Amino acid sequence: MRYIEPHGHMVSRTTDDYRAMTMAGCQAVCEPAFWAGFDRSSAQGFYDYFCQLTQHEPRRASMFGLPHYTWLCINPKESEDLALADEVLAIIPEFMGSPNVLGIGEIGLNKNSRNEMTVLEKHVDLAARNDQLILVHTPHLEDKRKGTRLILDVLKADSRIRPERCIIDHVEEHTVKMVLDDGFWAGMTLYPETKCTANRAIDILELYGDERIWMNSACDWGISVPLAVPQAAQEMKRRGNDARFIDKVVYQNPIEFMSQSPRFTRPEEL
Amino acid sequence: MADRKNILDLYFLDARARLIDIAAFMDRVDRAGGGADFRYDAFREALKSLGDGQPGRAEKVLLAFSDPTNEPIPEATTKAACGAWPGANNG
Ligand SMILES: [Zn+2]
Repeated sequence: MRYIEPHGHMVSRTTDDYRAMTMAGCQAVCEPAFWAGFDRSSAQGFYDYFCQLTQHEPRRASMFGLPHYTWLCINPKESEDLALADEVLAIIPEFMGSPNVLGIGEIGLNKNSRNEMTVLEKHVDLAARNDQLILVHTPHLEDKRKGTRLILDVLKADSRIRPERCIIDHVEEHTVKMVLDDGFWAGMTLYPETKCTANRAIDILELYGDERIWMNSACDWGISVPLAVPQAAQEMKRRGNDARFIDKVVYQNPIEFMSQSPRFTRPEEL
Repeated sequence: MADRKNILDLYFLDARARLIDIAAFMDRVDRAGGGADFRYDAFREALKSLGDGQPGRAEKVLLAFSDPTNEPIPEATTKAACGAWPGANNG
């Protein structure tokens, strides 16, 4: 089996995870910028994190033969402080030319506040001005439905944004339809308790089809499973889904989306 | 198209175990002292969509826990979500 991990916070994972992922058939890993689990105290903290994402982590991944791509932003959990967000937005362009940067992400909303909206709009503008792909984080639990709606409205209000160049991540049964209906890509995150289980994600695939959709583990420093994607692929097999359908969802679709960035190389061409 | 017997062969025992866990959870909450809680109110509301015989149950359960409003909130005073909407005056 071959698959791509389109959303993994590898700076929080061990070399054992890298080894297990490559042994399970992982061909590339993509790492959006995220909250560290605590608030960074200054823009300098983000500067160091962006160095880690663009220089150190790709080197660590390469020790396992794994291509590593990344996305840059200040995440919505740290977007309430507008002054800090502006400082971080100002340093992102310096890293946008790095060879493993695919775009701006994971931007979005957390508690659906006005300041989070302002920072989201600034990121969307940054992406549009620099012709970058966009990866969006949608809020957790009770905040997801409203936040997803607000995010889609922001993206649709900007005429420079093409929905097929944006992936809206962490969709569930109550948000997947609005995302796909508006022409965006949808990501399903496989978490043990929150977000989607493998079985629910497979149900969504059976109901909504295999176009413009992928699965990811979003593995980070919290309770999460770096092998969630190959485990879901195994469950698809157990359910009787055919091999071509599985390969499209876990391998071809991530390639189709990310190949819209000239920085992404199909694993078989490396 | 999946065969119903196959789906039950694959998932019946797992779903049965989860259902008993939910029943035991509700007994546990009832045994415990204390007043009403918006999370448990939402939980009981969500359960109703399991018995209505209509598809889209997972979506309806998720919506029962969701913030139904559409305007951004003035300020984020916490980063966390608790799984159920506390209501407009209790956020
Ligand atoms: Zn993430």
